[in-house]
Amino acid sequence: MSKRLTVLGLAASVMASSLIMAAPQAAAQESVYVPLFTYRTGPFAGSGIPIADGMHDYLQMLNERDGGIGGVKIALDECETGYDTKKGLECYDAVKPKNPVMVNPWSTGISLSLIPKASVDKIPVLSMAYGLSASARGDIFPWVFNPPATYWDGLAMIIRYIGTESGGLDKLKGKKIGYIYFDGGFGKEPIPLFEQMAKEMGFELKLYPVPPGEMQNQSSQWLSVRRDRPDFMVMYGWGAMNPTAIKEAVKINYPMDKFVSIWWPGENDINGTEGAKGFKMLNWHGIGTDYPALKDIQKLVVDKGLSKSPKEKVGELLYNRGVYNAILIAEGIAQAQKITGKKVVDGSDVRRGLENINLDEARFKAIGLPGFAGNLQLTCKDHNGHRAAFIQQWDGAKWVKMTEFIEPLPEKVKPALDEAAKEYGEKNAGWPKRSEACDKS
Amino acid sequence: MFYRETGQFKTNYAGDMAVFPILQDRIGIALILVVAFVLIPLLGSDFLLSSVMIPFLVFSLASIGLNILTGYTGLISLGTGAFMGVGAYACYKLTTLFPEVNIVVWIVTAGFFSAFVGVLFGLPSLRIKGFYLAVATLAAQFFLQWCFTRIPWLYNYNTSGAIEVGQRTLFGMNVTGPKASLEARYMVLLTLVTVLTWVASNLMHGRIGRSFMAVRDMDIAAELMGIDLLKTKLLAFAVSSFYAGVAGAAMMFLWYGGGEANDAFNINQSFLILFMVIIGGLGSMIGSFFGAAFISMLPTMLKFGLPALGIPLAGATAEHLTYILVGSLIIFFLIVEPHGLARLWQIGKQKLRMWPFPY
Repeated sequence: MSKRLTVLGLAASVMASSLIMAAPQAAAQESVYVPLFTYRTGPFAGSGIPIADGMHDYLQMLNERDGGIGGVKIALDECETGYDTKKGLECYDAVKPKNPVMVNPWSTGISLSLIPKASVDKIPVLSMAYGLSASARGDIFPWVFNPPATYWDGLAMIIRYIGTESGGLDKLKGKKIGYIYFDGGFGKEPIPLFEQMAKEMGFELKLYPVPPGEMQNQSSQWLSVRRDRPDFMVMYGWGAMNPTAIKEAVKINYPMDKFVSIWWPGENDINGTEGAKGFKMLNWHGIGTDYPALKDIQKLVVDKGLSKSPKEKVGELLYNRGVYNAILIAEGIAQAQKITGKKVVDGSDVRRGLENINLDEARFKAIGLPGFAGNLQLTCKDHNGHRAAFIQQWDGAKWVKMTEFIEPLPEKVKPALDEAAKEYGEKNAGWPKRSEACDKS
Repeated sequence: MFYRETGQFKTNYAGDMAVFPILQDRIGIALILVVAFVLIPLLGSDFLLSSVMIPFLVFSLASIGLNILTGYTGLISLGTGAFMGVGAYACYKLTTLFPEVNIVVWIVTAGFFSAFVGVLFGLPSLRIKGFYLAVATLAAQFFLQWCFTRIPWLYNYNTSGAIEVGQRTLFGMNVTGPKASLEARYMVLLTLVTVLTWVASNLMHGRIGRSFMAVRDMDIAAELMGIDLLKTKLLAFAVSSFYAGVAGAAMMFLWYGGGEANDAFNINQSFLILFMVIIGGLGSMIGSFFGAAFISMLPTMLKFGLPALGIPLAGATAEHLTYILVGSLIIFFLIVEPHGLARLWQIGKQKLRMWPFPY
């Protein structure tokens, strides 16, 4: 038989394996299956790796320390999305038969594609502080959760902060505010609200979109910034866009303390950039390992070699962001167990659990994270909480918290939110009315 | 032994010129159709349908489109992703403006919008050739993608900038939207692909296809033989973009079910489809399917298939390994057979005719 034929046989066997590919095995009975969509590859990996590690390590720690949640092990599973919608959908289809109690898409693009599926497949979508802002409305999106704040809340907080800096919101009149953003769903979403506030408060809004393919080449945008000289810069960036923007801002000598970002940059994005001192961003949770639960992570997970994270990265900003996400997962499951009395809960139970999340000071203390973040209470109407965040500043080596919690402007955000939620329902003809009953808590 | 044309006599010209002149080939095609239409929807797992077959069919359609342009007519295009996008957005606008018309009609109609845009961007092909044309079509890619982001009318002023796919039915069954069953989506897509492949195959075997190939082989000679270059090249662009447009609309409506469309139709998509055509085999219908299978199915199968077979691979490791394996397989196949998988297939068939007594 010639070599060619061997090659052909190989090709044929590769093709044939598609047909015999086994269906993914069902998860074991006595566990709660939690798939984590992560992206340790691709242009967003810089942000994705610490988040993935944080989520994984906290849940792993619960398994090691408490034997899971409520006596039931968490079956952890990672699926690599590369922040790519196509791969995210693949992951979703792959985990669906294993009855996940929820999915965390970790990409606005993937969230947008999963939102319509959630109510049909009975799998709640937890998109923590990303995704569709309008999904904060629990009465319209019963299966989607995006706590603790929406991008619109984030913008309102930034504007409020800028207002305070200038001596009151009315002082913003005549000021110029630049907005540099990721030119996709995530960055574009706040623009209508931004424009409306510009009109009402009388400031001038300058837009600097950064196309997804050009994240690492922002010289033209920053050239315009240098020309326009905005009084403040607001950034909605992600992945490789953040470090590039910070470097470019330093290069054109933009005053860093006038540069405020949404909550996504991490230490990796700014560390080592000389002159980045003074850069500000929103955040809503603690940094560092000075919490009993994080000490447990170090002891039970990282030291035992069960984590992919390097030791010194534990407790970094985005790592703790992952931890916060994992807390929400764990709380959702714990609440579901409490409400239903079952040990092994499913997606519908966890949906109810998430609606009854009540993370107050006492609860944070009980789970070993005293003072880690502000209180968060979700209800069946409010799937977001619209919680306040604070501003932190880069001092050249670490983040320093510089303000107290800043409340978003609900009177500005809420009408926009209601409008968007209503519109979504109208445009998606046949969008189901909420049929899930509300729990009285 | 089994695959032999001995004793199959043709008594008329039509029989001699048939696409599948050998009986065994016809049986093979029938078998494939039976498997695709009956066995896969009945026996396949949800994952096989949703993440393997549906993407494969969408990419096959797009590959056929690009193959008509690049493989048959010899015009390189890097704008396929954008032309797919035109189809998706056209379909979205049409179905939101006229929701009462059947969605399948709009998916096909969207192809005509894409064809029109394709003709527009095909105009430079009259003056420029080869790599220079590739650069010119790159402009289409960037310009159209810019439009998808910058013209809010295209995505109905949604704040998220995403295409939202509503519920649409066919024969009383949901075919789009979250409630549509996988089988319904698969069957609609499969029917579309089958019909359009049949059309493309006939087109390529007829006068039009031959004029395309004449232009590919030497356009001056083709012109001397009376082929109107302007018409032929633009027709190639139109047909190619039509297929791409239908593929794009099918991708958003039958596969993704909505989402951030502007990003889905980026330059990477164009490259991916070009690779499918090159690896599958330029100027070959079956090559388009091979290429689509290789580039779209193989990574998915490696990533999820290996863990299912008991090889423990998780998250990023699976992803890295997939990159390595697919990359080396591409090089391997191109070294073994630079004319693509379709040529390998042809050689295999040739050998099979003489098997087991080759001379």
